[in-house]
Amino acid sequence: MTATALIPTNRNDTWQPLCTRADLVAFSGVAAWLNTPEGPAQVALFYLPGHAQELYALDHFDPFSKAYVIARGIIGDIKGSPVVASPIYKQHFRLEDGQCLEEGEVRLRTWRVAFKGDEVWVEG
Amino acid sequence: MVNQQLSTPTTASRKQTLIIVGNGMVGHHFAEQLVESGALAGFDVTIFGDERHRAYDRVHLSEYFSGRDAQSLALCDADYYQTHGIELRSGEAVTAIDREVQVVMTAQGRYSYDQLVLATGSFPFVPPIPGNDSEGCLVYRTLDDLDAIQAAAKNATNGVVVGGGLLGLEAANALRGLNLDTAVVEFAPRLMPMQVDSEGGELLKEKIETLGVQVLTERATQRIEPGDTSRLRMVFQDDTVLETDLIVFSAGIRPQDTLARECGLTLGERGGVVIDNQCRTSDPHILAIGEVALWNQSIFGLVAPGYQMAKAAVATLTGGDTCFNGADMSTKLKLLGVDVGSIGDAHGTQHPGARMFRYLDPLTQVYRKLVVTSDGKKLLGAMLVGDNSVYDTLLQYYANGIELPKEPASLILPQQSGAAPALGPDALPQTAMICSCHNVTKGTICSAIDAGAADLVSVKGATKASTGCGGCTALLKSVVDHELEARGVEVDKSICEHFAHTRQGLYDIVRVEGIKTFSELMEKHGNKETHRLGCDICKPAVASILASCFNEPITDAAHVPLQDTNDTFMANMQKNGTYSVVPRIAGGEITPDKLVVLGQVAQKYQLYTKITGGQRIDLFGARLEDLPAIWGELIEAGFETGHAYGKSLRTVKSCVGSTWCRYGVQDSVGMAIQLENRYKGLRAPHKIKFGVSGCTRECAEAQSKDIGIIATENGWNLYVCGNGGMRPRHAELFATDLDDEQLYRTIDRFLMFYVRTADRLQRTSVWRENLEGGLDYLKEVILEDSLGIGAELERQMQHVVESYQCEWANAISDPEKLKRFRSFVNDARPDPSIIMTSERGQLRPA
Repeated sequence: MTATALIPTNRNDTWQPLCTRADLVAFSGVAAWLNTPEGPAQVALFYLPGHAQELYALDHFDPFSKAYVIARGIIGDIKGSPVVASPIYKQHFRLEDGQCLEEGEVRLRTWRVAFKGDEVWVEG
Repeated sequence: MVNQQLSTPTTASRKQTLIIVGNGMVGHHFAEQLVESGALAGFDVTIFGDERHRAYDRVHLSEYFSGRDAQSLALCDADYYQTHGIELRSGEAVTAIDREVQVVMTAQGRYSYDQLVLATGSFPFVPPIPGNDSEGCLVYRTLDDLDAIQAAAKNATNGVVVGGGLLGLEAANALRGLNLDTAVVEFAPRLMPMQVDSEGGELLKEKIETLGVQVLTERATQRIEPGDTSRLRMVFQDDTVLETDLIVFSAGIRPQDTLARECGLTLGERGGVVIDNQCRTSDPHILAIGEVALWNQSIFGLVAPGYQMAKAAVATLTGGDTCFNGADMSTKLKLLGVDVGSIGDAHGTQHPGARMFRYLDPLTQVYRKLVVTSDGKKLLGAMLVGDNSVYDTLLQYYANGIELPKEPASLILPQQSGAAPALGPDALPQTAMICSCHNVTKGTICSAIDAGAADLVSVKGATKASTGCGGCTALLKSVVDHELEARGVEVDKSICEHFAHTRQGLYDIVRVEGIKTFSELMEKHGNKETHRLGCDICKPAVASILASCFNEPITDAAHVPLQDTNDTFMANMQKNGTYSVVPRIAGGEITPDKLVVLGQVAQKYQLYTKITGGQRIDLFGARLEDLPAIWGELIEAGFETGHAYGKSLRTVKSCVGSTWCRYGVQDSVGMAIQLENRYKGLRAPHKIKFGVSGCTRECAEAQSKDIGIIATENGWNLYVCGNGGMRPRHAELFATDLDDEQLYRTIDRFLMFYVRTADRLQRTSVWRENLEGGLDYLKEVILEDSLGIGAELERQMQHVVESYQCEWANAISDPEKLKRFRSFVNDARPDPSIIMTSERGQLRPA
């Protein structure tokens, strides 16, 4: 387990290593803490090995149930776009931009994410 | 009500007193129509029934000997009348009516009425043969009659039915059900003389004789006397004799009009209370409906016209304008397994100049006859023996006056390419009667669909179509499918955009091709257009199918992304993102030591505890990262997973049974534990619940479960496809007096057949309601192995049973799997957003 200290920072360059490839679950999600300018945030990291975009980082917070559960949703694709379904009330959120497919005005925050070697880096 | 004040003047403000005499099918339907029309606001209603049972389904009476009991034949729940404020006085026969003061009399009291409805039905006609009152001479009409027949059959090896009509053949079926050598004696030259002609009668006789039932036609019984080899001897007009242990008279019905006769109502020459189109008798305060009523010189001995009279009578009482204008006596039956259909003027005797077409196939034993107008354009009647498949189509031609095809014979000739197609649902006019029991037209069905009913079950619920005799099931389905399609509703059964297959189709593919992973299934059979990740519809469905077939641990790397969150973490997610934990407590039996452990674990991990409806204990508020430790302690104490999170066997609820209970006749707890341990871990289209009761008091409420088992003196009665929840459904009796091994084998087959053929997330109750052929079909497949798949289903179940392992035990022994149970991959501390508060001494989400 990668234990990254959660130190609030004000730096502009905020790419941070959150975990390693081995911490991810293929075709599913895990939760991680991320430092952001607004304070620590819970993010959901999704891993789609072999796909054009392999990594996604979205809010772990589900605005419908108000619980931190998005990383535990099922991954799928609807009309060609990869999505995650909330495990509580089953709304779908597009992985690339967090857009909710059922409610036009609801959108999860997303962050840029990439592998550096085996490490998973997210821009806070 | 007893000895109440006699008739007081009616005023607008007072509710009228309405008495219904008779609690048969028509009397009950009348009460139902009163309830539905809202008429109860204006009436206080009392029903008198001389039988001790509340209204039951007389049409399916012979099933009493093939497994159905009074309860399952009942037309309504025990509390139906009470719920609606109707007083039912069962077993209290009305003995007289005093029209002068508007009072009915029973042995218990006098009851005044403002309006009286006679629904006394009919009684079986017993021919005036000397000796017809000998011991062993019985009739066939009520449940009590059937009990008497059953009692007489105990010491009998053979039985005779006098009467070869519809009811006679029903009675013959009942005697066969009691394993008696059965003979039918008919006075006329052929069986069912009202419905079929001599060719049809001959064919019917042949078919029935093949079933081992002896048929004697043109026999008039002269006398009945004590027999030599059997209890009784029948002597016929030609001095031939037939010895038999019991005789059932089923030679027609007569209106039960004694009360009406004695109080001076106008009757027909041959009996029956004369009614008009409003069902009024000669007394304006008295109506008559059903088989006691004589309309236009006719008695209607079928249930559908009786229901129509009931409807008209309600309209008469409430100021509506529905009338009874006669009824079509067309009928479709399956007697002793033989199809017989009769439409309109089947003999062609009422229409001079009518032309007839006949088709007879002696090899397949099928006979069809059409009666058409002299110009060949309209159908006047039809007769079918051996195959009713064209009945629905012919009935629509007849009932709606639809012009016949140029060559009417094409309708009854064997279907070959180029032959006239069956009349499709689109050819039917809006007025076409689809369900005559409940008077549902195609127009009513279309309105229900327009009002939002989007599938067969909803249409049935909204219109009641096909909930009477069930004869219109296939027609209703085709109309509903057609209308849905016409409205652009996709009747596409694809499970989702990723697979152009139904769940059943995917199941077959997986089994036949031995596909063991989702990715392989997607590779070979997925929709090539899409992104190929699957979705939250197909992934859990395929996960369930793979588990049903191969039973590999659901947390294996290949399967884990397919699971719903509850299966992934093998616990039930609650609204704040915490989980509940339910260890298996088979049969609801738990040792004190284990109870203590549950308490200790709950205390240690600060879990809220509640007893579930399935006789186990639910521990709420478990944090994701605590689940492995909680399960470590539970497994240490001997618990295993309860699959409360899975679409799989949940619980087998039991009463305490013969071990403790003075009424118990079998060890229901022992059986419940056996069953729970046998089927635990079986993944299915939806969750499955069992109940096992140790006697007929049914304390385990087994009849509200998918599988219900009730102990008998001789073994176990099996009920299937019940449900509690949102849409309660009584389970139906499926098999009786099974021994333990038979019970396991039957359930093995039943469950695997459900797993194989149900839609995703379809409970057994809905599956059963959508199953074409219904319970009979299910019995054929499971009990008689009509598809020849019984052994295979058993093998598949055996595989599931043998490959069971506790998923939690499997997961906590594998560090890779445990990695998923971390709150955060970069911080081991719990999620600070989960906040609890205390209530009644326990924690709950804030």
